[in-house]
Formats: sequence, C-alpha cells, structure tokens
Amino acid sequence: MISKPMLLAALSLASLALAAPASTASTQVKRGEYLVNFGGCHDCHTPKKMGPNGPELDTERLLSGHPEQMAVTPAPALAGPWLAATVATMTAWSGPWGISYSANLTPDRETGLGAWTEQNFVDTMRTGRHMGRGRPILPPMPWQMVKNLTDPDLKAVFAYLRTLPTVKNRVPQPTPPASPAPAPAAPAK
Amino acid sequence: MARLHALPLLLAALAPAARAAGPLPEHLGETGLYARGGTDEIAAGVLGFSPQYPLWSDGAEKRRWIRLPPGTQIDARDPDRWVFPVGTRLWKEFRLGRRLETRMVERTRNGWRFATYVWPEDGSDAVLAPPEGVRGGVPVPGGGRWAIPGTADCQACHEGQPNPVLGFGTLQLSSDRDPGAPHAGAAGTEVHLEDLVARGLLRGLPPSLAATPPRIAAASPDERATLGYLHANCGICHNRLGPLAGVGLDLLQSVSEGPDSVERVRASALAVRALRPVGGAEVRVEAGKPEHSVLFRRMGARNPLDQMPPLGTEKPDREALTLVERWIHSLADRRTP
Repeated sequence: MISKPMLLAALSLASLALAAPASTASTQVKRGEYLVNFGGCHDCHTPKKMGPNGPELDTERLLSGHPEQMAVTPAPALAGPWLAATVATMTAWSGPWGISYSANLTPDRETGLGAWTEQNFVDTMRTGRHMGRGRPILPPMPWQMVKNLTDPDLKAVFAYLRTLPTVKNRVPQPTPPASPAPAPAAPAK
Repeated sequence: MARLHALPLLLAALAPAARAAGPLPEHLGETGLYARGGTDEIAAGVLGFSPQYPLWSDGAEKRRWIRLPPGTQIDARDPDRWVFPVGTRLWKEFRLGRRLETRMVERTRNGWRFATYVWPEDGSDAVLAPPEGVRGGVPVPGGGRWAIPGTADCQACHEGQPNPVLGFGTLQLSSDRDPGAPHAGAAGTEVHLEDLVARGLLRGLPPSLAATPPRIAAASPDERATLGYLHANCGICHNRLGPLAGVGLDLLQSVSEGPDSVERVRASALAVRALRPVGGAEVRVEAGKPEHSVLFRRMGARNPLDQMPPLGTEKPDREALTLVERWIHSLADRRTP
C-alpha cells in the first residue's frame, strides 16, 4: 500500500523526469545562442545595414548569409598593407583566396543548413572542410578558433541555429581568385 | 550508492582497453611491417594485396600490406563490411622516384587509428608524421613536393562510411578482376578472396560469393570500370551509410545487393540535379553530355573550391576522365531505341 504523500512524490518525480528532455534541450539552445552572440557569428553571417552609429544587424535576416539579390562587383585592387575588402553588408569578402560569401545558417532545407546533420556541422567546424569532407572553408571564417569548442558547445550552437526563423536565401558559390593564389594545401592521400 | 560502488569497477574494466593500444611507434621499422632490423624485407605473416579499383594518388606507385594477429580471422558474414580482429594493421607505401611515405591503419580495442610515416631523403627508416601532417610536403625527385596528410585528413576519408578499411574487401579483392579498371595493374602473387578463405583468414563469407567471385553487374565493360572507379574514389564519402548520406549521391557498390547496387548508383546520379552547379553544369550526370555533368566537371577540376576528391590529389586523373567521358556518352546511346 502506497501512502498518498509517497504517491504524490512519485508522481512529481515522474513529471520531472518527463520534463527533463525539454528542459535540457532548452538549456542547450540557450547555451548555443549565448555562444553565437558572443562568438562573432553575426559579424559575417548577418547582413548589416547602416544606422546612425554605423553598421547594424539587419534583424529581419539574422544569420541568413550573404543576400543573393545583392550584386557584387569586382573588388577594388588593394595595395600596400591592404589584404581584404568587404561589401556594405559585410557578408562578402575579397582577398587572395578569391571572393567568399557567408553561408546561410538558418534551417532552410534548400539554401541553409536544413539538410545538415549535427555531425555534419561538428565535422565542418573541426576540420575546416565543407561538411567535414568537402571543399576548404574560406577566410575570414575563423574555424581554426571555433574548432576548439567542446563537442557539447558545438552541438549547442547547431541546436540554436535550428531554432532560427527560416530564410530562403541562396548564397553564391565562392569565386576563385583571378590568378593562382595561396590556397589551403590539399594533402596527398 | 550502488552506482558509486560500481564506478571503480567500471573504470578498472575500461583501463586495460584504454592502455591496450599504447603510443604509436616513432619509426615504421617498429610497426611490424619489416623483418626485424630492416626496412626492405617484408616480415613473415605480412601479406601483400592489391585492390582491383585503386584510389587515384596523382600517379604515385603504391604497395599495400596487411597483418592479422596470429590465430585470428576476419569476419566476413556481412560481405560489405568485414570485421577485423583487434590488432589488425594495414600499410600503404607511396613512391614517386623514391619512397615518400607509408601510411598505417590499426584496429585497437578502442577503434581504428591512423598514422603516416615519412621517408627521409637519405632512405633511412621512415619517421612518424605529426598529427597535423606536413602541409608543405616533402621533396619529390625531379621537382615538386608531396603533401603529407594529417590525422583529420585520414579520418575524412576512412570514416566516411561504416567500414574504415577501404581497399581490402570482397569486391576489391575479387579474383574476377576488372581488366578496364584504371591504374589497377595485373594481379600478381598478392592475396585475393579465395586465398584468404583457403588460408583460413576469412570466415563467414556467404557461400555464393565464395563460389563466384563478385563483379559489378554493369551493362558494359566501360560502365563496369566506371562504377568501380567511382566506388573506390568517390563512394567512400558519397554513400547512403555515412555522414554525407544527406547529400543523396550514392556511388558505393554493395556485393550483397548484386545488380540492384548498379541501379541504385545510377538512380542517384543520372539526371539528378546537383546541389551545386559547376561552370554551367547543373546535373550530376547528363547522358551524352560530359561537359554538362557536374560529376565529370568536378573530377577534372583542381581548383580547391570545385575539385573532387577534395583532398588527396592535386592532379586530375586523365585516364579515369577519359573512361568516365566514354561512359557518359554511352548512356545516351543506350537510351536511343
């Protein structure tokens, strides 16, 4: 025979247990949001618009990458110590590697990370290669620093990105440099 | 409390496994490949092998070996995914004018580990490369450099599907070798499927495969060689079983599926829109039009943004491109009534 207090306690524990996964997921997403906001992801992946105090985040297009409708003309020739140039949205960068466009990180299946798995994301950040196995990730993406995050932190970032509003925005493919440039070395196999 | 008491026991149980592998030897001569004291004569019990569909490595000459721990066998009950005993080691030597590097994979109690050993120019024993590899490469006689992969590069290919041993399996060691396979060379004295069974090193191979060595059930010799090449050079990442399954390109052959395997590969490539167009090509394989086929274009590219495979090669494989080009043309002929 189970007493009423014991029964209530058992039910409370059971409800806590049932609630735990959602709570854990929420904590993970919050952690991911914290890391994304601190880690500078918006610097390149959210288009900027000019405000009274300089470039501001375009909050309608959070983390949706370089806007596909934005025409990018050839970058100005740089001289002296100047190495790279960027556009007004700060989502396209020109340098010795060619022109790189920041990726759409929203969960849109066709143009964002919607078809990516958590493992694809972690592998990409760890290796600096697209989906962990493909083409090299180009500057200025600082994957060399991001790779130092722990697995739980990288997974938290991915979990947060999955909660973003979907933005359909097909980011252009990178433009190779006009002449051979110092590209990431491809190791022999 | 019971859990706390159990913890030390659990740790004690895990500890031998964690220690089992030990550090990698600093020199190749200490890995068991060679007879004691040398770096030329192969040790007893080490078997040479040659996959019928080799990986393109910019024209490097390659030799390969395997050693199983004495008294052990490979479990081939799943003929597409052999299970190797703990302690198995495989080596692959790369040579361009001289020995450049020898890679080793080893199955430990904790899974597979990957290493490579770099041969000094003076020919002395090869030295373990650092985990990040040698990006700047080592000198090749006659000019050029040979880049040494890091551990992450090894994992990128060897962990692209469930079986980390890529060139030593049922299809690759079939004695029904494909005469059209690029760069394969003739089978010599090296072990093949029946040898392994006869030596008692392979158990559980399905009787049908033991009786009839497998071959790719393609529509033509060119298609057989093409699908074999794509299996070995592309299917290790582009398959339905590994991390890139979501890409939807599946070029990995399966001997247990038989002819269905060919159909599956065709269905994932022919007339399927590529995720990323390349130079005006938008379809993975467009029958009759190699230049409009992303697969063909990316095989021929060596721009790091487009090239396939994305690592492990800096020169396009001209022989394979010619083969694939013929195959794509033949697909149009086949459709014509």
